[in-house]
Amino acid sequence: MWQYVFKRLLLMIPTVLGAAFVIFFMLRAMPGDVCELKLGGEGAYVDEAQIELCREQQGLNDPLVVQFTNFVGGLAVLDFGTSMWTGRKVAYEMGLRFELSLQVAIMATIVSIVIAIPLGTLSAVYQNSWIDYFVRSIAVAGIAVPSFWLGILILLALLSVSDALTGTRWTPPIDYVPLWKDPAYNLSMLIWPALATGYRYSAVATRMMRSALLEVLREDYVRTARAKGLTETLIVNRHALKNALLPVVTVIGIEFAFLMGGLVVTEQVFNLNGLGRLLVDSVTQVDYTMTQGIVMLIVLIFVFTNFLVDILYAWLDPRIRYS
Amino acid sequence: MTKLLEINNLKTQFFTSAGVVQAVDGITYDVAPGETVAVVGESGCGKSVSAMSILRLIPDPPGKIVDGSIMFDGKDLLSLSDAEMREIRGRDIGMIFQEPMTSLNPVLTVERQLTETLEEHLDVTREAARARALELLNLVGISEPERRLKQYPHHLSGGMRQRVMIAMALACEPKLIIADEPTTALDVTIQAQILELMKDLTRKLGVAMIIITHNLGVVARYADRVNVMYAGRIIESGSAEQIYHDPKHPYTLALLQSVPRFDHTRGEKLKPVIGQPPDLTKLDDGCSFRPRCAFATEQCAQAKPPLEAVQEGHISACWEKSNVGLEESAA
Repeated sequence: MWQYVFKRLLLMIPTVLGAAFVIFFMLRAMPGDVCELKLGGEGAYVDEAQIELCREQQGLNDPLVVQFTNFVGGLAVLDFGTSMWTGRKVAYEMGLRFELSLQVAIMATIVSIVIAIPLGTLSAVYQNSWIDYFVRSIAVAGIAVPSFWLGILILLALLSVSDALTGTRWTPPIDYVPLWKDPAYNLSMLIWPALATGYRYSAVATRMMRSALLEVLREDYVRTARAKGLTETLIVNRHALKNALLPVVTVIGIEFAFLMGGLVVTEQVFNLNGLGRLLVDSVTQVDYTMTQGIVMLIVLIFVFTNFLVDILYAWLDPRIRYS
Repeated sequence: MTKLLEINNLKTQFFTSAGVVQAVDGITYDVAPGETVAVVGESGCGKSVSAMSILRLIPDPPGKIVDGSIMFDGKDLLSLSDAEMREIRGRDIGMIFQEPMTSLNPVLTVERQLTETLEEHLDVTREAARARALELLNLVGISEPERRLKQYPHHLSGGMRQRVMIAMALACEPKLIIADEPTTALDVTIQAQILELMKDLTRKLGVAMIIITHNLGVVARYADRVNVMYAGRIIESGSAEQIYHDPKHPYTLALLQSVPRFDHTRGEKLKPVIGQPPDLTKLDDGCSFRPRCAFATEQCAQAKPPLEAVQEGHISACWEKSNVGLEESAA
């Protein structure tokens, strides 16, 4: 087992390197650079020499190989460099948003699990009944509805509901306080984006849960369990669920990694200063170092989540023993 | 002697888009306490469905028991509630399935799968259930039972898994065990071991057994009585001796002749049963075996032959049964 963990961790290195290579050269293929934009972005006249000086300082005039080596060399010691736009450390800028994004991602994943597993199970157990149709419509709606739109609806609903109940209009606070400082305040802000995105991502997991469970319920060992005279509840909970969870775990794991950096529009709706927004900003600013830093962080989270999912597999299915 | 199980005119049908499949079309037989009864027939003749019907394990939809009665130990199984039926399953009637590879849950330990039956039906503690599980593994001849309890099915060989299945079926000391092709998926050498074990245990514990098989060798050695099924019906029934040495139905006869035997001369070709079994959605009024039968006459197309006695305890459903016999056809 430990040998497997070690091997698996080593295998992350080429994946991360590949991603670094791709993002580095894709960024370089973009037209324009940060110096042109920063100095002459407003259309003002800038001395060509000044731009050249800026490029020299940012290291943009170095050969690509040198730039790439610097980038990867920094990665090796977890140094993401300095933002070309703000001049602050990339790690510092990311750190400001990381906590928020991580919390939203975790909460949204929990929402998604809490919705998907029970609903998917009900849907499979009562296949082709009204419960099943109801759950399936909820799931299809979740796939069809963009989470930012749902977010706007939630905000509007909060306004009118609070108005009707208390006479004053309430929306989630828009300043971020860390969870450990003021949990109630923090949650009153982040629960709404978590609900909006969690519901969105539960949709795929619900359908996965349903189809996986339906398949498992047709297995021979479920028939054996019935022949033993076990109750249907016990059969589903003990015999079927654990077997059906494997594909669901995969889907949820991938979703979690995506949630860390992919919530650009939802962050906009709820006015959250998260990683997604930082990423989009840094791309429009042609801020190479910042963009690279965020993408690499997301890659690391992706790779690590996949690793955790694999470990979870071994726990769910004793036939999978890594050696 | 009072019967343990009496199946009367059981009809199970599957309502599919291709039509109504008459999988079991009115079968009647009984099992005495401690008796081993074989149900023989080729694939798709309804033998498994008839067994699953006893435990009401037919997937519904599409399957449905449309007619008949199943009396077990004084109770009509078809009129019991689901909860009452659950109490019978696993406690009074144990079941052994064909595929030991897929019939055990891959993610649960052997112990869990053995003790859950006990915990469900008997009021036992976890420790008592564990002790009983150990005892059962010993009984079915599994070595190192302590270690095996903690293992998962994929650690066990096919034969060992089938032993675990047998242990599970025996857990609550049932009165009847239904074994659906228990050895089909196993190696020939293991088959014999498993059959011997089942025979031993049923004798020793006085458990009645219905053994479903397409293997006539199994029938000859292990069954007291034999029901031969064809196209959802029992077409011949008698003691193993009678069926084996004096078949009175052309289908039974053809089956016996298709089995390789040691006393045949080398190089002699086997005689397969020619043709295909009928489509169970399109059965007509005549005898279902008629298209494949060497004895068929005009009468066979008119009406299905009833099961009638040929001798004491030996019945056959054939209009020409007096002409059917091993000697005549061999000549």
